[in-house]
Amino acid sequence: MGKPTSEPSSTDIDMTPMIDMTFQLITFFMFVMNFSEAEQDDRIQLPLSQLAKPVDGPVEKPITLQLTNAGSVIYAGELIGLQDISGYLEREKSVLTEAGRDPTTATVIVRADGAAKTGQVQEIIKICQEKGFEKFALRAKYDEGR
Amino acid sequence: MARKKSQLADKIDINMTPMIDVVFQLMSFFMCSLKIVAPEGDFDIRMPLGRSASNVVDDQQVPPIKVKLSAGPDGSLGGILMNGNAVADFNDLQRKVVGLVGKGRGPDSLAERTEVEFDCDYALKYVNVVRAITAVSGTVQDGQIVELIKKIKFTPPKAAK
Repeated sequence: MGKPTSEPSSTDIDMTPMIDMTFQLITFFMFVMNFSEAEQDDRIQLPLSQLAKPVDGPVEKPITLQLTNAGSVIYAGELIGLQDISGYLEREKSVLTEAGRDPTTATVIVRADGAAKTGQVQEIIKICQEKGFEKFALRAKYDEGR
Repeated sequence: MARKKSQLADKIDINMTPMIDVVFQLMSFFMCSLKIVAPEGDFDIRMPLGRSASNVVDDQQVPPIKVKLSAGPDGSLGGILMNGNAVADFNDLQRKVVGLVGKGRGPDSLAERTEVEFDCDYALKYVNVVRAITAVSGTVQDGQIVELIKKIKFTPPKAAK
């Protein structure tokens, strides 16, 4: 005959597995979350290189200049003309000197599109040099496939 | 009577709803703020103004290897010249650079002191420059990077044609 069922009205759903799983997911997303403010832009298709392994520590307060394949520069999310960057660099320079840092120690990260003209990359470097910057980092996407 | 009371005490339900609400809020926040960052690396170049010209060579310095990359009509790679000699492709360039600086690595080795100077056409697609820099900077052997030449510079930019 079987035991009489105890209070069928209060069927509790067991929440434990769901909460377990949700916490697992939260921890996963928390660890995966990237706090570094890496400036990446979909408009730039970086060239691939096997030697472009990610660096251990991020560069301290870099200036990122991104060159599109059309020859304009993305600076702080804004699309500007190549020749207009000198004004922005001048501002960066004064910010650096006010903070007590030498512009020669600051790194300019150049993220240029693979289809951009090399001459334009060199023009960017030249404008930066004229403003007193001398450390450059040409960024490439890490190519792990052989 | 006493039995009934203890059963009631066992049955105190914690209201899970607020906790689950918060947990889901947190989860959706982390999910939405997830940004998939492609791994990227840098090629460091130190190029102060005034020393970018190739004619300044101090005593310690080995004369730089000059690599000329010329552009084809559509910006593709037209040809590679290393110190004036034609090079077939980037693998060949790498072999020739290894032939020049030898296998020695480490501080004060020839590879450490040698500098490569790139002379590129204005219209050349940048991807070719990165390939050339990759070829002279090192090789990947069994997943390990073997460094070759670290000092890289460019000639002053040419005027656009």
